[in-house]
Amino acid sequence: MMPEDSDKNPAGSPKDDQVKIMVCAGTGCKSSGSMDIFDQLKEEIEELDGEVKIGLLSDNGHGDLDEVEVEISGCHGFCDEGPLVRIDPMGILYTNVEVEDVESIVNMTVKKGELAENLCYRSADGEVFPKEEEIPFYRGQQRMVLGNCGKIDPESIESYEATGGYSALEKAMTEMSPKEVWREVLDANLRGRGGAGFPTGRKWQFAYEEEADQKYVIANCDEGDPGAFMDRSLTEGDPHRVIEGLATAGYATGASQGFIYVRAEYPLAVKRMNKAIDDAYEAGYLGEDIFGSGFSFDMKVKRGAGAFVCGEETALISSLEGEAGRPHPRPPYPAHSGLYDKPTTINNVETLGNVPMIIQNGADWFLDIGNENSPGTKTFAITGDVQNTGLIEVPMGLTLREIIYDVAGGIDSENEFKAVQIGGPSGGCLPDKHLDIPLDFDSLQEVGAMVGSGGLVVMDEESCMVDVAKFFLNFIQDESCGKCTPCRDGTKRMLELLEKLTAGEGEDGDIAKLEELSNYIKEASICGLGQTAPNPVLSTLKYFRDEYEAHLNDECPAGVCFD
Amino acid sequence: MTQAQKVSTEEAGVDRFKFIDDIIEEHGKSPESLIPVLIDIQEESGYVAPEVQKKTAEKLDVPASRVHSVVSFYSYFSSEPQGDHTIGLCMGTACYAKGAGDVLDELKDELDVEEGGTSENGTFSLSVRRCLGACAMAPVMMVDDKVYGNLTPDGLTEILDEYRD
Repeated sequence: MMPEDSDKNPAGSPKDDQVKIMVCAGTGCKSSGSMDIFDQLKEEIEELDGEVKIGLLSDNGHGDLDEVEVEISGCHGFCDEGPLVRIDPMGILYTNVEVEDVESIVNMTVKKGELAENLCYRSADGEVFPKEEEIPFYRGQQRMVLGNCGKIDPESIESYEATGGYSALEKAMTEMSPKEVWREVLDANLRGRGGAGFPTGRKWQFAYEEEADQKYVIANCDEGDPGAFMDRSLTEGDPHRVIEGLATAGYATGASQGFIYVRAEYPLAVKRMNKAIDDAYEAGYLGEDIFGSGFSFDMKVKRGAGAFVCGEETALISSLEGEAGRPHPRPPYPAHSGLYDKPTTINNVETLGNVPMIIQNGADWFLDIGNENSPGTKTFAITGDVQNTGLIEVPMGLTLREIIYDVAGGIDSENEFKAVQIGGPSGGCLPDKHLDIPLDFDSLQEVGAMVGSGGLVVMDEESCMVDVAKFFLNFIQDESCGKCTPCRDGTKRMLELLEKLTAGEGEDGDIAKLEELSNYIKEASICGLGQTAPNPVLSTLKYFRDEYEAHLNDECPAGVCFD
Repeated sequence: MTQAQKVSTEEAGVDRFKFIDDIIEEHGKSPESLIPVLIDIQEESGYVAPEVQKKTAEKLDVPASRVHSVVSFYSYFSSEPQGDHTIGLCMGTACYAKGAGDVLDELKDELDVEEGGTSENGTFSLSVRRCLGACAMAPVMMVDDKVYGNLTPDGLTEILDEYRD
């Protein structure tokens, strides 16, 4: 599944001759103490006084080099095995590194060129995998949008430029008209990665065709779906890619101001995006007359303040205007009348992360990846009861079974697989019989789920599906903005019914009431939050109805309820 | 209240709200700065007190009701004083599936607080958060800005001790 010619992939690793030891500084690895490892490594490497020789290099035809740099990197997605340390250009990945291991990294690998085998990833059957790309978790992946994450220093613009960064923006602004840019994205059939799958080029076209003295573009990084963290990883691990994508969107639609709306829960993403924007201004990729094209574009980070509904675009706009983030009915669509009533384009950050590659390599290149109606890749956060939890990027159309068993290594215990929850509170729980459907926008909708932002939470037989449905309704109740009655009161009534069921107080007719309410709420809610709120209940009712019925007889097959 | 007392209270009042002016200056005096201004106030003071909300409204020239609506709408803001350290336990899907409920029970027990409450000595406030986006390390919590992953009920005391005097 890897692209045949990796040189064409602008997300490849930097082709530097220098040895780089990169310590992961993503939120996951940082929480396991990676910054202490970074400090210790840096100190010990500096003490080496330049007398360094990494023998491993000669095997790779790189010859002997005497310079070693210690840098930070963004998230590799393999958070479960963190803290991670990568050594390039060899592509070695050390896992579960502790401060005490720094000594062996320096003495063995750096000084003698020997592999510290105890730090390499070891599969369940004992096989040792020294190189990151060869680890089973990565083998089935095709990392394009996340291609730089874990391989470059996210706080260095030079690091991004070395991978070909900002050359797509230059190409767009100096060789293409705005119309050619959105046309290319439309031809590539790039669909919105935030969940709905609307064609991005079409969105850009709508905004482009509006006549206005001011237009806006917004990168949506209000990643509120529980179980999803791809936007966080991308903004923390490769912030310049998001800037490049958003500036391209600005050029294509004729917007001179861009905002990146980042949720408050991601302080590191805010910090990295702010630094990246400052550096991009400094380098002339933002500001006045970019690349001498006559096009000027400004960009700012706006922080959210903790409201799930603000991921919905009309609510996000209210929030940017300084109000409570309550949605309003569409039309008018933001492309026509959005922020301050001006034409506004809102794209998810992962969507924007695809844009530089499409501009650089063309629509046909993109159409060859993934499947027919959903070209490209999709990132998924795979978590829950699997061996390898983390963030992955795979071609669209891979099956759930391939992701759960091949990439994530299957269930992490002797227990049986029960369900995979996909798409967050708007998505659904799918049973084993649906694991072979291809993961793309259209196939999932047919079975009552959605790609959503890409959270996959795998649950084994110890999870109770009624309790899971209650969990989501609880979430929705908390996050409903309260504007429309079906969502505000309807989901409350649904939650009460689920609480009755899980407390052993369910009555005949409760299940029918749940279904009836679900249908009303779907039909009558103002925004996407309410319209999809009943999905977790409907999908569990569809595939695990027997569990609901068992609860009516005071039985919880998973042994979760009535404790 | 004597005249002197009244004057001194007013003087103190002027000082007390001066920091709001500094924050407003940074973000620009316009209604759309409201959320960034409130975020900074929240971060500087740990909460946005009702009188601070009123002053902010006056200074930004927006109705006090709008400030209150924003503060009460977004979960990031609190209108009551918080403890020295804020614990945000994640209750996203992955954390929930990996036993965050047991971690919550243990936290409540250990700190003797309810969700949203502050421990008696004022050291910790406990809140439940909707997905911190560190799902691969589930269950997860943040203490102030620091993330702790792979939590177990037994391991909590050690983490909390780092913050206890």
